Amino acid sequence: MKYMLLMNSAPADSAEEAEAQSVCEFSDWMKFDEQIQGAGVVVASHALADMTTATKVRVTADGERVITTDGPFAEAREVLGGYYVIDVPDLDAALDWAARCPGARDGSVVVRPVTDEY
Amino acid sequence: MPGPDARASVEAIFREERGLLLAALVRRFGDLDLAEEVASDAIEAALVHWPAHGVPPSPGGWLMTTARRKAVDRLRRDRAYAARLAVLQVEAERAAPAPPPGTDGGLPDERLQLFFTCAHPALAAEDRTALTLRCLAGLTTPEVARAFLVPTATMAKRIVRAKHRIREARIPFRVPGPDELPARLPGVLQVVYSIFTEGYAAARHDLAEEAVRLARILRRLLPDERETAGLLALVLLTHARRDARVGADGGLLLLDEQDRSRWDRTLIEEGRGLAEAALTGGPPGPYGVQAAIAALHDEAPDVASTDWPQIVALYDVLHALTPSPVVALNRAAAVAMRDGPEAGLALLDGLAGEPRLRGYHPYAAARADLLRRLGRLPESAAAYREALGLCETAAERVLIRRLLDAVEASG
Repeated sequence: MKYMLLMNSAPADSAEEAEAQSVCEFSDWMKFDEQIQGAGVVVASHALADMTTATKVRVTADGERVITTDGPFAEAREVLGGYYVIDVPDLDAALDWAARCPGARDGSVVVRPVTDEY
Repeated sequence: MPGPDARASVEAIFREERGLLLAALVRRFGDLDLAEEVASDAIEAALVHWPAHGVPPSPGGWLMTTARRKAVDRLRRDRAYAARLAVLQVEAERAAPAPPPGTDGGLPDERLQLFFTCAHPALAAEDRTALTLRCLAGLTTPEVARAFLVPTATMAKRIVRAKHRIREARIPFRVPGPDELPARLPGVLQVVYSIFTEGYAAARHDLAEEAVRLARILRRLLPDERETAGLLALVLLTHARRDARVGADGGLLLLDEQDRSRWDRTLIEEGRGLAEAALTGGPPGPYGVQAAIAALHDEAPDVASTDWPQIVALYDVLHALTPSPVVALNRAAAVAMRDGPEAGLALLDGLAGEPRLRGYHPYAAARADLLRRLGRLPESAAAYREALGLCETAAERVLIRRLLDAVEASG
């Protein structure tokens, strides 16, 4: 069964600010990544660049593209910083990995089952 | 012709067997929906066969065989469903290998894993209670709806949604390992206790009795966990007062108004033994401590000779284990009995800022009682009026109304 772990943290305007806000060190992330990769459960994973680099696209009803290149992101309580897709037997196993993830201490980790309905 | 006795005995067996059957089927097929469907089919078949041909020597075995046959039929008709379940089964085996099958032909008791699934932290609190009542107490959806005082359709939707969540998020059917148990067991105990308090607050014995039954099952399934003894002791020692705590007007009676000769001595004896077991051989848990408090009330001939210093001491222990404004409120009421209303009122007023107590009628009622004992009648009446507006059940409302009337009459 595949689950996506979405790692959220408080919004930061730069990598430096993000680091200042977090309680976990870079080495904690390295260690966690080694563990989860070593367990052979990771299907995919990526870390995302900070929110100042994000671009939002919407298409209106009459087909017009609306592109937003910067904020305001400060109103978001938490932003997605990265994800893992893992393949484990059940939700308990997925929750266990989520709890061990440094992202659960710096912000929160949302666990979403990947559906096979589509 | 089968008489009504045969029918009644058949239904009594189902009450007991349904949870066992369902849990065994969930273990076998890894799917709650299929298990529920074929359990109902098997019970229906039994309702036709047993009154006519007699109850078979192994009712559980008969039900399980019949249910399994129905499940095989169902899976033969629906290949996609069968394939999906087969995958589920392989993965479930990967997570928790099945124990070897029992040799005595009776149903193995698989209910513990169902308890943990129904009370899984990934389910909403109200869904945990509803699923536990349905899957383990064997209540029908309309019965569960009545327990929650919501329309059947609302409850049916809630149960479907909760089962969907179990299936789609794959909440496992498994008993947590020894390392996880301390974190997971309180959730299961909490579900059973909340069913009890729901029934107790509304003076609904049927619901309270379901909780007692569930607490007994848990105690049997986890005999080494002292808090299962604590929970069972607590509900027994509280339930023992059921016949004395409702007056002729349908309102609740205060502890000092209850006819203690009507307290159930058998339950009290059983509860005391369990409370002792809960508090022996290790650090106390919150249910064991609350059971000890209930036991002190049950043992006292009246309110005046109750061991209030000991009760205050136990509330101190409880507050250290599970600090909460509600525990602080109960402690304050006990202090008022030990040291006088003034001391109790000072503690209660210190809790005035607690958000959790603001809409909680026992807080207002406790203040009203102490103000009355201090002769501050207008303030007491005001506090009773506040409590009256916050009551959640009719039985509580009748009590507070009566106390308010008495204060107003003497003021």
